[in-house]
Amino acid sequence: MENKLYVSPSPHIHGGDSISKNMYGVLIALVPAFLVSLYFFGLGALIVTAAAVFFCVLFEYLIQKFLMKKEPTICDGSAILTGVLLTFNVPSNLPIWIIAIGSLAAIGIGKMSFGGLGNNIFNPALTGRIFLLISFPAQMTTWPEVGQLTAYADATTGATVLTLMKEGALDKMPTLCDMFLGKMGGSLGEVSALALLLGMVYMFWKKIITWHIPVSIFATVFVFAGIMHLINPTVYASPFVHLLSGGMMLGAIFMATDYVTSPMSKNGMIVYGIGIGILTTVIRLFGSYPEGMSFAIFIMNGVTPLINSYMKPKHFGGK
Amino acid sequence: MILIAVISLGAIGAIGAVLLYAASKKFEVIEDPRIAQVQEVLPGANCGGCGYPGCGGFASACVKASSLDGMLCPVGGSPVMGQIASILGMEAASAEPMVAVVRCNGTCAARPRNNQYDGVKSCAIASTLYGGETGCSFGCLGYGDCVAACNFDAIHINPETGLVEVDEEKCTSCGACVKACPKNVIELRKKGPKSRRVFVSCINKDKGAIARKACANACIGCGKCAKECAFEAITVENNVAYIDFTKCRLCRKCVAACPTGAIHELNFPPRKEAAPAAAKPEAAKVETKEETNQK
Amino acid sequence: MLRTFRIGGIHPPENKLSAGKKITALATPKQVIIPLSQHIGAPAQAVVKKGDLVKVGTLIAKAGGFVSANIHSSVSGKVNKIDNALDSSGYKRPAIYIDVEGDEWEETIDRSETLVKDCTLSSKEIVDKIAAAGIVGLGGATFPTQVKLMPPPGCKAEIIIINAVECEPYLTSDHSLMMEKGEEILVGVSLLMKAVNVNKAVIGIENNKPDAIAHLTKLAAGYTGIEIMPLKVQYPQGGEKQLIDAVIRRQVKSGALPISAGAVVQNVGTAYAVYEAVQKNKPLFERVVTVTGKAVANPSNFLVRMGTPITNLIEAAGGIPENTGKIIGGGPMMGKALVSSDIPVTKGSSGVLLLTKEESVRKPMQDCIRCAKCVNVCPMGLNPAFLMKYTIYKDWDLAEANYIQDCIECGSCSYTCPANRPLLDYIRSGKGKVMGIIRSRKS
Repeated sequence: MENKLYVSPSPHIHGGDSISKNMYGVLIALVPAFLVSLYFFGLGALIVTAAAVFFCVLFEYLIQKFLMKKEPTICDGSAILTGVLLTFNVPSNLPIWIIAIGSLAAIGIGKMSFGGLGNNIFNPALTGRIFLLISFPAQMTTWPEVGQLTAYADATTGATVLTLMKEGALDKMPTLCDMFLGKMGGSLGEVSALALLLGMVYMFWKKIITWHIPVSIFATVFVFAGIMHLINPTVYASPFVHLLSGGMMLGAIFMATDYVTSPMSKNGMIVYGIGIGILTTVIRLFGSYPEGMSFAIFIMNGVTPLINSYMKPKHFGGK
Repeated sequence: MILIAVISLGAIGAIGAVLLYAASKKFEVIEDPRIAQVQEVLPGANCGGCGYPGCGGFASACVKASSLDGMLCPVGGSPVMGQIASILGMEAASAEPMVAVVRCNGTCAARPRNNQYDGVKSCAIASTLYGGETGCSFGCLGYGDCVAACNFDAIHINPETGLVEVDEEKCTSCGACVKACPKNVIELRKKGPKSRRVFVSCINKDKGAIARKACANACIGCGKCAKECAFEAITVENNVAYIDFTKCRLCRKCVAACPTGAIHELNFPPRKEAAPAAAKPEAAKVETKEETNQK
Repeated sequence: MLRTFRIGGIHPPENKLSAGKKITALATPKQVIIPLSQHIGAPAQAVVKKGDLVKVGTLIAKAGGFVSANIHSSVSGKVNKIDNALDSSGYKRPAIYIDVEGDEWEETIDRSETLVKDCTLSSKEIVDKIAAAGIVGLGGATFPTQVKLMPPPGCKAEIIIINAVECEPYLTSDHSLMMEKGEEILVGVSLLMKAVNVNKAVIGIENNKPDAIAHLTKLAAGYTGIEIMPLKVQYPQGGEKQLIDAVIRRQVKSGALPISAGAVVQNVGTAYAVYEAVQKNKPLFERVVTVTGKAVANPSNFLVRMGTPITNLIEAAGGIPENTGKIIGGGPMMGKALVSSDIPVTKGSSGVLLLTKEESVRKPMQDCIRCAKCVNVCPMGLNPAFLMKYTIYKDWDLAEANYIQDCIECGSCSYTCPANRPLLDYIRSGKGKVMGIIRSRKS
């Protein structure tokens, strides 16, 4: 072995990027949102997040070690990320056993049953969230009110902006400023648009994601909801409310941009973003669920392979 | 209520059934029933060794053909071709059974590596990049494209020698490995009576000294084997000997004559006199390994 | 806003360790090995035999076809043998071995340093002289220069673009040449303009070489029609199609030649060789080669005779470092890893790069996470992840429909991939296959 030259095809250098760097980059981008959720939901947010991360990593380890019989890759950060994204999509008073089920659904069904990271069709955290929403609709749709720092399971609950919207109680809404900062009821990571946008700027800066998906979602929702608002302002809320409420920010910035389940070409990403925007607004305004973001992303995840095969990147010298 | 449900569902089912029936009648493809019969007797491996796309393609080609000359299912061999012939009422073309042979005996010990390949473990990719890890740019690379190509689990890499070895029991001579090998190391040769074969296990076209320096087991093109051969079966071209298996009578004189042990004999009983066979301990080792592998 | 090409691109660490080093002439070795195939196209045919005496600049092999190039002796001495020699890819190819005796040049070569500016030759005569001198593209592609200077019927050249971007990390041979032979290069560019009958030339230089930009801009004032264009640093700007896009904002169509966009692209080193061939009667038998690497004691730019073993260059730069893991002929992005250091310098050798063991070994490959980073950096607007998949599944129809044949093998995809996937390894192999299919369809 001594002093034998290595021979390999070019290129001979690598940029040093890695899967774990990207995963931890997203986690760093989620820190502001987590701090805000600690500030508004206190102990509950901490317990739920810790539990979800623990269960996701545990299930990933067990499945890789004993079912797939390969070296566990829990250190790459993707299981931690799934756990954090899953908790950010649930109320902060969710019991731990439900979180454990959600984590199993996310990791086991959403990711590992397809062969692990890179092979899944649907966003794992979203799979877990939808699984819980359908299985435990009561627990999943009662959100604690903000400012109960030491409360967990005993927190008082209240309505969210989107529930108010569905009920037509447009006058009981919090101010846009409160919504922007996150002072409203909702899942623990989705409330503060400001913190999530900070995360988005960080990810743009680190080149973890490109602008195409979030911006196309925001633009589509804004235009669609804006037109409906202009048609009938008393029934349909203003487009700003739509952008700042529910899982819009979290979904558009962190869930829809999941590498594995989003299209690869830029024009494909825009089509995907527009699809999510339209589906979300349709579900929110005309569907029976108050929130449509998860379902919209989930459906578009399923369309992604089709988008990938039709929307090719802009080819050099092509039209 | 229940009644309405039953009736409506029943109606939907009935309409569907009618539609399906009509469609299947309208778009029915009339196929020669013999194609199905022929396909029945084929092995169904879809290996493509016959040159047609899968067993179905071969079956319809057989049915359409006017005679079975040149049509051969290498996997099924003569028995299957006989059955096909009887189905179609034709003469079966007789075919000699063949087997894949690896023409490289540059083991790790005989062929020292002088660099280390760090690219994708694929012969096709490595061979477009460069000559290989050893001084010999002709021999087996050992990344196993042929192993991946084999549908019958008949070819494997021996971790000790770094070379591929054919399991002749399983080999169907479909030729997939021959196509997969970018170095053309593998050849289909006549299986021979009782599987006995003699072949030159080297294709190094370098001049003798260079070939020898790169690999202790290389054919150096000295021509001793050709002189020894009484049947003109051996030709030396581009510094490498080749035995024409249609002319070889398996006398094994060339094996003894080869100074580097590049000519291999397979499945022969041990020689009686020890004198000429005193050569080649290396070759003998490879053979025994191949034989043990055939279990 | 500086110009650059408009699709993809990366910016690897430049590591121009030998920048600013003067070009030093390397001593002639005891024996040179001159391969007969130093260019793209048919190998040259040897016109000398064993025992012949040759001088520096003597024609020793004639072009073996339309796309081929003459080869001249780089030393004076006696032909030892014509035999197979190891080439950069570990295969043995015919080469002429010459034992060096003295250093006697052909009398026709003008060895003075004086700048010869005026040229009365017609464009046809210039092209003939370039062909006779055996000049090929010195950027690394080694395409015979005279072929590029004869546009196919129906195509009209409008502009000469000189490739002086040197976008490969580490390499500085073109940079040093521009600093020391600026006037000669500009005369060479004027000759190229005359050869293809255009009155405009642009020299594209990346702005990580501000001294070269300033130097040439000052000199170019004395020449008509030559513009120096600073370009934003972006790999692979030295790709022919990328450079045309950067400089004149035209994208060459898939499968078309650069001339279809009206551009003839030549390397800056080629322009210098053209000057020497036309004005000084000096055929191409030496070139500037960078020897570099983080562990190399003394990274340098050498003027080297063709056929000198690479070992000699490394020795002159301070010897092989202890933990060398890889010797690369060329730059780190597109260069070839060599199997041994006994390989001779050829017309296409722009550099020798030594990587340490730690830098050499690839990291283990993981599953594709479809992050699309390879798509974002691909300068040809392809989807490398899918092309790799099509190659693995041998789906040549899909690979062709997705333009695998347009890949320029720049390696940006493999460089970027966070899962360490060897995208280019597969794509190169698939591209070869698809090109073969396309060729067989045409014939």
